[in-house]
Amino acid sequence: MSELTKILLFMVSCILSHNFIFSRFLGCCPFLGVSNKVSTAAGMGLAVTFVMTLASLFTYGVYHWLLVPLGLKYLDTISFILVIAALVQFVEMFLKKSSPSLYGALGIYLPLITTNCAVLGVAVLNVSEGYNLVYSVLNGTFGALGFMLAIVLMAGVRERLETANIPKCLRGFPASLIMASMMAVGFMGFTGLV
Amino acid sequence: MPKDNKSLASVFFNGVINENPTFRLVLGTCPTLAVTTSAINGLGMGAAATFVLLGSNAVISLLRNFIPDKVRIPAFIVVICTFVTMVQMLMQAFVPSLYDALGMFIPLIVVNCIILARAEAFASKNRVLPSIVDGLGMGVGFTLAITVMGAIRELIGAGTVFGIQVMSSGYQPMLLIVMASGGFLTFGLYLGLFNLIVNRIEKKKKGGAAA
Repeated sequence: MSELTKILLFMVSCILSHNFIFSRFLGCCPFLGVSNKVSTAAGMGLAVTFVMTLASLFTYGVYHWLLVPLGLKYLDTISFILVIAALVQFVEMFLKKSSPSLYGALGIYLPLITTNCAVLGVAVLNVSEGYNLVYSVLNGTFGALGFMLAIVLMAGVRERLETANIPKCLRGFPASLIMASMMAVGFMGFTGLV
Repeated sequence: MPKDNKSLASVFFNGVINENPTFRLVLGTCPTLAVTTSAINGLGMGAAATFVLLGSNAVISLLRNFIPDKVRIPAFIVVICTFVTMVQMLMQAFVPSLYDALGMFIPLIVVNCIILARAEAFASKNRVLPSIVDGLGMGVGFTLAITVMGAIRELIGAGTVFGIQVMSSGYQPMLLIVMASGGFLTFGLYLGLFNLIVNRIEKKKKGGAAA
């Protein structure tokens, strides 16, 4: 298999068969919390994609060029979370100055991203799977696109669910979780794809 | 001001029942869904999170007058992260099999919303002892919820509880339940059942008051 085919397959597997939400359970909090409307879900998805790509790049650098040479591997979690927090803060300031329209669209989601486990998750995953720089960044971008796909689909379902007549005790989170379960069965079908 | 024993007990039970992080606040869903494939994993995760909650609540409560308001979130995260790294190293040394089973979800305790939420909502405003009790209560509530959920999924998905065979040998395990979609399904139904019971109890209370 040529390198290009491998990379292409890796991208597809990141979005579908190794979907962050449906197979890895990362980023479930925003998936359940910010999926009320399709437009907000898409905004959240875009902001996460932006931050996750940058976070994969920076945490790769910090881990392989700073922590490993200095023998400080055990500080990985703490340095990753600090890198992510600083990154989110920086992205927020940068967007505010350079692109107010983009800031208007993504601004409110950015502070939430620091505690999104998908972002820290991708950093930890890149290290534990031993991905190189290219694969790490691809994992960040396409994993986040998979997250966006899931959250947008979920928002679409939930908009319909609002008007459905369901038992009182299942309204809200329980119904959303049961819907997510059915979507996960669907995504399981992609496992054989790659 | 929660000073005497009675209010300390109420702080504790607030975390276990009234504001149970899993059922009531629906926080920390990622570990709830991911590690509850067996009862022992749920218990391990709960214990690790409880330790971190206790430590971070205690330290943040001690430092609450020294941390400037503007940088409090990064400061909280550093404190939490210190305890998570401690847990990670302890588990790797003493319970390596559990460490492997929980995998990347141990470092991810850092971004578990329960812990940051308690730091922000309780520990940064209260004295040390109530904060420790609050951490313990929340931790116990979380542990109970995910251990029971782990036991249910293990029972249906593998026919065992805590690794002990419960179902008869002819039982065909329902594999779907221990897979990803089963996690969502079990949690959804579990939450629905909890709501149903709470609603019943509240209705009964109201009915009793009216009568």
